[in-house]
Formats: sequence, structure tokens, C-alpha cells
Amino acid sequence: MTEIELLSWARGPGLQIATIIFVAGVVIRIFEILLLGRKANLAEAKGAEMSSGLRTMVTRTIPDPTTFKRSSVTIVSGYIFHIGLFVVCFLSAPHILFIKDIIGFGWPSAPTAIIDAFAVVTIIAMLATLINRLNNKVMRYLTNFEDLLTWFVTFLPLVTGYIAFHRIGLTAPSLLAVHILSVELLLVIFPFTKLMHAFTLFIARWYNGAISGYRGVAS
Amino acid sequence: MTKDVRLQGGAPEEAPEKGTPEKGTLEKGTLGEALRSQGVSRRGFMKFCATTASMMALPPSMIPLIANALEKARRPSVIWLSFQECTGCTESLTRAHTTTVESLIFDLISLDYHHTLQAASGAAAEAAREAAMEENFGNYLLVVDGSIPLDNPGYSTIAGISNLDMLKESAKGAAAIIAVGTCATYGGIPHANPNPTGAVSVNEIIKDKPIINVPGCPPIPVVITGVLAHYLTFGSIPELDHIGRPKVFYGQSIHDRCYRRPFYDKGQFAETFDDEGARKGWCLYKLGCKGPTTYNACATTKWNNGTSFPIESGHPCLGCSEPDFWDGGGFYKPLSLPTEDLSKTAVYTAAGAAVAGVAISALNRAKKNASNRIHIKTTIDDLRK
Amino acid sequence: MNQAHAPQFNIHVGTELTWNVKPILHEIRHALEKLLNDGEPSIIDLRSIPLAPGEEETIINSLGHGEVHARLDVLGSSEIYETRFTGVWLVTHYNEDDSIVSRFIEVTEIPDVLKSQREDVTHALDELVTKLETEETYDRGD
Repeated sequence: MTEIELLSWARGPGLQIATIIFVAGVVIRIFEILLLGRKANLAEAKGAEMSSGLRTMVTRTIPDPTTFKRSSVTIVSGYIFHIGLFVVCFLSAPHILFIKDIIGFGWPSAPTAIIDAFAVVTIIAMLATLINRLNNKVMRYLTNFEDLLTWFVTFLPLVTGYIAFHRIGLTAPSLLAVHILSVELLLVIFPFTKLMHAFTLFIARWYNGAISGYRGVAS
Repeated sequence: MTKDVRLQGGAPEEAPEKGTPEKGTLEKGTLGEALRSQGVSRRGFMKFCATTASMMALPPSMIPLIANALEKARRPSVIWLSFQECTGCTESLTRAHTTTVESLIFDLISLDYHHTLQAASGAAAEAAREAAMEENFGNYLLVVDGSIPLDNPGYSTIAGISNLDMLKESAKGAAAIIAVGTCATYGGIPHANPNPTGAVSVNEIIKDKPIINVPGCPPIPVVITGVLAHYLTFGSIPELDHIGRPKVFYGQSIHDRCYRRPFYDKGQFAETFDDEGARKGWCLYKLGCKGPTTYNACATTKWNNGTSFPIESGHPCLGCSEPDFWDGGGFYKPLSLPTEDLSKTAVYTAAGAAVAGVAISALNRAKKNASNRIHIKTTIDDLRK
Repeated sequence: MNQAHAPQFNIHVGTELTWNVKPILHEIRHALEKLLNDGEPSIIDLRSIPLAPGEEETIINSLGHGEVHARLDVLGSSEIYETRFTGVWLVTHYNEDDSIVSRFIEVTEIPDVLKSQREDVTHALDELVTKLETEETYDRGD
């Protein structure tokens, strides 16, 4: 198979398959979560569920002081790499074009120099999270295969994207194909792992806020 | 190409000493002698070497070396075979009525067979080819353009001989093979989906001879002659990349040498062919430019003696020197886009998954209710036990 | 065709597109220093550097014209002139179509291609000797 054939497969059937698995997996899981329902709470409501839930979805973004002191490295490096991934994925021109093709509209992109800088910082932050996970005794004890797998499938598109952009090592078509294939791997593994937190995070935060709000306490 | 036109370019006062040699009858002496016999002065030879060095993308400091080598190089016999091709590569290289330094190099080789350009035809032409091959066995250069059909040898024949047979036979005594154009190097347009003739490239058939791939649709003329000049000067093939292309011309991607790169880096793109951005000469990535994944010399060497190249003229790069560029997802589809309709897939999948989700949830709820029903509540008596 | 509908191409050419203009001028400066200090000439192949449309013109216009202008008539014509910076020569080779086949900036006392070459001088001597001998033979009335 030539490089261009591989690239064409990655851009064609590969993406189709990955999209089907990703969309089906995410939708089915979310439906399952939402439709399973909650047990009826027979106590009298002391406050509003919905407003507390919605508010918590936002306020949980700021960690509380105790948690922060206990896991500062995890939280700081986590925030850095999430923000970095956001900038690299959603503000780089080729990616915006891709998204525009799917949802119909795009937005202005950031200059290459900025994307580059964010990519480097994100790579460093992700490495920091991994090293922290393996050094910290408790975290190492809790770490299982899925944790490492999800780290890897997130790290791979970031690094292959950077390498493809700077054309290091292989020739351009191969590098681009590898990058697109790594994204397909991420998409395929996504619905079956804790990467689902990207969607369930909001459901969880809402739920925490809702049950607190129902009881009339702060969340 | 007539000798007369070329001689007018020689030193005006100097009459050619050996008369006006006919094409193909120049002595098989050295290149230096051949040039001098055409009335080209040493000064003219220096101009020729300087231009050849520039063409081969060698630093000017190598000009004396090239002069030395060309002076002593012997004129090689070249056999040019044209298979399933559009003749664009030959057209790119030759101009029937003008003379350029490229054509001079072209003339300095002893082109013993080229069925489009030669005057002879039929049995006489084939006999000439066979004679040249026999006489120079092991030393002649084989130049091939066009792909070779494998499905049925009858799809493309010359003088009743199939391309496959002619290639295999001619390759036997060749010192090296130069595959010119994307058809000969990677199959080109005949090879594109659905490949009705079973077209393949030269390197899929010949495995035991050094092959230099000079792809492009067509290749830049100076690249073709630069490769020839390299062979004439050094008697060896230039350094090749992993798919057989000379690194000196195909070592950089168009994207890395494109003068519009600063616009790409700043995020300034032309959105359509006639908008503000296009008029300002902004990057053509969004119009489908394949520059980032294409390796060729277009951005530096350019076309028509350095006049321009597709991007400079406002059209995105097609990627014509890469294998399977015809099937690469569409010329006007940007590289980062999927080649098939992803949004439709996503919507249909989501719809299907929603139905599946509802069904699965119904099953889950049934399971939950069933386990609730068989649940035995703990009573105060159990606790007292 | 209605003139009013002729497409107006409004392509603006930037001044710092490849940022290669200034570096080339600096390279020439260093070459001049080398010529002065070490007596060594240098040649810059303008075709080997990616330049946006108009940038080659910018470089050549910055260099300007000097005192010497020569024309070579072999294998097409060639234009050789000294720029306003003495020691910096622009050598442009054309083919018979008057298209540029190569272009060099030579930093030297005189470009090699302008010098008379030994082989050509030897040939010229032979020719002149033959001419004189032939004419003397005729003059003697043989």
C-alpha cells in the first residue's frame, strides 16, 4: 500500500468506521445513563434541583482548597493539558476546516506560532501527569491498564500531530496518515473507557448539584 | 530540433569546423568534443556548465568540477520507450522549434530511439533500436514514460510488441532506467480507480536494474534534464529517496518551500477562487492544496524557466508527483477533510444509536424492576435475629 | 470582448514574504568582505533560493547599475553588468527564446565567463596564423 493509499483510507473508510463506533457508543451510553432513571426521593424537597444542578456544573470547575492541596500536581497539570488540547484541537486551521465540514460552520483560527507553543506545553503537561501518576504511591496503586491506555490514546494524536506538522522522521503523507489513524484509535476506544467523562462530567456535576439542592444544602 | 537553429547560437565569427553534423551522426566522442564541433566556444561551454549546475541544484562552487566531468564524459546511447502515456512528458521536455540549454543536453545524449520524435518508423525504427541495444549492451540508458498494462498486453503495443515484452527486453542491457512522469513511476492516471487496463509502473516489473523515478504530471523539464545531466556528469545515479526519486529535486515538500507559507502560518487563507484572500495571494490550503504532502521542486525551480508554478498562479497544488494522487480524495478537498460525508454518517449513526439506546434502556429498566420486585426488604425482625 | 468585463487581477505583492531579500543582501556583503580580505570570489545562484514574485526584482533593483555593461552572444545571449556596488556583478544567461535559464550574483573582480578562455585563444591564434599565411600567399601572387 502506498503512502497516499494509506492516507486516503484514513481520510475515507477509516474515519467512517471510527465515527460510527464513536457516535453509536457515546449516544447509547448517554441514553442508558439518562433513561435508567433515579429512585424516587420520598423526602420533601427543601430547595430547587435544577438551578442548583446547573450552577454546580459551572462551579465545580474551581477545586476546593483541601482537594487542591492534596492533589495540586494532578489538578494543575490536568488543567494545563485540557486547555492546551482545547486550543490545539479547536483553534488550529486544519482542524477548524474539518469541524466546519461536519457541522457546517467554523470560526477564526489562531496563528501557527501560538498553536505550536500550546502543543509543546500540552505535551509537557501530559508527561507530567503520567510521571506523577507513576511516582505517587497511592496513584500508582490505583492505576490500572485502562488508565494508561486512555493516557496513551490521548497523547498519541497530540504528538503525531506535532510531528506531522513539522515533518520529522517520515515523509509528509505517512505522517499525516499516522496522525489521522491515531485520532481514529482515540475515537474507537473513547466510548468504552473513562474518556466518556467528556460527556458524563456534566451529567455527574448536575446530579451532585441536584441532590444537594433538593436537600437545600450548598454544593 | 534542427541543427541550424542551434548553430546560430554559436560564436558568430566562428564557422563550425566539421560542417553541419546530422542528428545522430555526431561522433560518439566526449561531450566536450561534441560541443566544440557544434561551434560552441569554451566561454559558451562555461555558460552551459553554469546553467547545468544551477539546473542540477548544485552549488556554484561545483561548476569547475562539472566542467571537468562534462568535458570528458562520453555520450551515452539513450533509448526512450513510450507506453501508456499522453506524451506530455516528451512535450514538457522538447520543443520542436526552439533551442534551450535543456534541449542541448538532450541533444548531447545519443537518442537512438524515440518513436514520437524520430523520423524513422516501422520495421526500420525497431531495427535501429535493436541495433543500438546490441551495440551498447550494458551501457545504454533506458528512459520510459507511460504505464504498462498488465491485464491484456494488447491494450498497448508498439510495432506489434506489447509494452511488457518491450520493457523486459530493453531493460536487459540497460545500465540504468529513468522512469519519467507519474505514469511510469507510479502508474499515473491509467492506474487510477478503477484501473481498467491493469496499469502498473516500471518498478513493479523490473526489479534487477537501478531505476530513477522522476515523477510529475508532467515533471518539470529541468528536473528531467537535471537527472540526465547528473548521469552524464558523474556517470552514476543521484541519491534517491524511499520511493526512488532524486532527493536533490524531490527532497523538500512544496509546503516547506512555498512562498505563501507565511500566510498559512498566520492563518490567512483564500476561501474561494476569487475572494479578497485569493487576490491578495493568501494560502490555498482551504481550496484543497496538496502542498503539505507533495514532494517536488515546483516551489523553487518553478516552470517555464522559473516563471511561475501552480500556486503562484492561484491554483492549489494537485500533488502530481505522489503515487495515487488522482485517488487522493479530490483536488479541491483540503487535506484535513474526510473524503466521505462524515456528517451524514454521524447523524444516521446517532439516530440508529438513539433507537438502540432506548431499546437497551428498556431492557435495563426491566432488569431493574425485576430485581426490585424480588428484593426482600430487611425488616426489624431480621435485625433482631 | 467588452473591456469593462475584463477581469481585474489585484494581486498584491508583499515586501517581506519570504524574508529572503535582506539575507541575500547580507550574504553579498559578507562575500565582498571575503573578496577584500582573502581575494576569494563567490557566486550566489539566485535560482536556488525560494523567492516570491517580485522579490528577485527587489534585490536586483537594490543592487542597481554600475559602470560596466557587457553582453555575451553564445548559446543565446547573456547579460553581464557590474551593479552600483563595485565587485558585485549580475550574470543572467538567456536561451535562444530570451527566457532566463540561470542567474547568478558574482562577487569577484571580473566574472570568469567574461575572460577570454585559453582554449579559445589557442584556437584564435591558429585561425589568425592560417588567415595571415593564406593572405600572404595570395599577395605573393601564387
